[in-house]
Amino acid sequence: MTDPADLTIAGAAAALRAGSLTAAGLLEAVRRRAAMTEAHLHAYLTLDAAGAERAAAAADDAFRRGEDLGPLQGIPIALKDNMVTRGVETTAASRILAGYLPPYDATVVARLRAAGAVITGKTNLDEFAMGSSTENSAYGPTRNPWDPERVPGGSSGGAAAAVAAGSALGALGSDTGGSIRQPASLCGVVGMKPTYGLVSRFGLIAFASSLDQIGPLARTVDDAVVLFEAIAGHDPRDATSYRGAVPDVRPSLDDGVDGLRVGVIRELSGDGIDPEVLAGFRAAVERLAGAGAEVVDLSLPSMDHALSAYYLIAPAECSANLARFDGVRYGPRLEGDTVERMMAATRRDGFGPEVARRILLGTYALSAGYYDAFYGQAQKVRTLVIEDFRRAYEQADVLVTPTSPTTAFHLGERTGDPLTMYLSDICTIPTNLAGDPGISLPIGLDGGGLPIGLQVLAPALGEAVMFRVARAVEALGGFEARPALATSEGAA
Amino acid sequence: MPVDIDIAKVARLARIGLDDDELARYGSQLEVILEHAARIQALDLDAVRPTAHPLPMVNAFREDEPGTTLDRDEVLAQAPDREGPFFRVPPFLEEA
Repeated sequence: MTDPADLTIAGAAAALRAGSLTAAGLLEAVRRRAAMTEAHLHAYLTLDAAGAERAAAAADDAFRRGEDLGPLQGIPIALKDNMVTRGVETTAASRILAGYLPPYDATVVARLRAAGAVITGKTNLDEFAMGSSTENSAYGPTRNPWDPERVPGGSSGGAAAAVAAGSALGALGSDTGGSIRQPASLCGVVGMKPTYGLVSRFGLIAFASSLDQIGPLARTVDDAVVLFEAIAGHDPRDATSYRGAVPDVRPSLDDGVDGLRVGVIRELSGDGIDPEVLAGFRAAVERLAGAGAEVVDLSLPSMDHALSAYYLIAPAECSANLARFDGVRYGPRLEGDTVERMMAATRRDGFGPEVARRILLGTYALSAGYYDAFYGQAQKVRTLVIEDFRRAYEQADVLVTPTSPTTAFHLGERTGDPLTMYLSDICTIPTNLAGDPGISLPIGLDGGGLPIGLQVLAPALGEAVMFRVARAVEALGGFEARPALATSEGAA
Repeated sequence: MPVDIDIAKVARLARIGLDDDELARYGSQLEVILEHAARIQALDLDAVRPTAHPLPMVNAFREDEPGTTLDRDEVLAQAPDREGPFFRVPPFLEEA
């Protein structure tokens, strides 16, 4: 019999309703898995054993009363540790928030709880979601379940590793420049960034507010849809929350790609992409063509400048957002004889090198005399990116690219060179600048047995066609491999 | 194009107290990143409007109604130092 920790959300939901599984039993299986894998992976920063037990018991009680809260009732879900959870330590993997017990739940957390989900705990990330490998965590790196010598990607690396390993059935991450999709790609799971504004950011510890968006990680496209539907929708507590209807993605999910126009972005499917990744990507595109899609070759020249613009805009916004961490209202404080010296000492000690680097970079880019040359120019490049995507979506219904230029790299391989690390996100960043949705899903393994991811992009509010194409890629690809560490044999 | 950074001034603006070695290290790293980013300065974008935000929204209006607030003691319990219902901090001004 399948270990319940290896079930999909849909499979577990069916078993819970058939009476062959209880929420308590499912949680126990997931905790058994975590007990085996955590020593190798360190996917979690905090496991909320007591809270999870209470939620599982409540889900079972509701089932016994005949109450059905929907497909997440009783399902163990992990949260990236930059979403606040009332009374459960939330650090964003930073020393500056060590011991912080938030006095409220993020909107997405409240929505998951209302849907009956069992929140397992808080997963590791690059400090304040700044990074592409989860090596920037102040509490030590997460490792990749496919090869513990390698990184899981980032910044939602803990969430991706937990879902791949079976220490959660699904997770929520956040994506500012690819932080859901890139780790999903490196860990062989599905990761989706919704249209900007569709999911509330209330209670998400802000990194770059015009780019940040919360989204799901799961093992199948269908499971990602379940989580997306649970968290999307207007929230009056987020001033940038979209007020219109959430796209209805279910009706067309299994319609296939016959007759759809699938655009391949020339600038993101050639130079700079690892040959094996490129070969896997091209094979997946051929499968789509074989299933009736019309493949369109497109040039988006602004892609070459998106990375430069992103690494000015995101640090600029971060330098403003992270001003709130000053040793006054939460977190540790270092002593100083004036408030300014106290803050400077606290922030020097509390922020890791990558976060300090980005705060300094953003402060510089926004400072008098440099604003127009750097930040202003980057905002104009952002317009070019948006216009390029708009033209592309006149010729194609969706766009596809490799998610990450390489498969999982070794720990330490890129930490000495910030710019090389930044290039990890070259395929994912443009979507964030445009505010559009994107999804990554596994399409195969490279020669070293590491997952390759493909990304499907769609215009804003185009989640229906995006999920539909992703579902077709999944059905045509037949990717069913699981990492060795996800099995009891592998972890023994 | 080479980028000139007064890193000590930037660190002061950012309220991060760095020593001389750290200033030198961050300064040279920022130069490398900014030289890459400075490529976009060569683009002719005079006719392009800047985008600050992906959504074409101006403001989010709502009725001005009282809502629930956080529990004061629960909030203050997270502070490193407090005095009654206040956050307590060191002096803003140095003694003359």
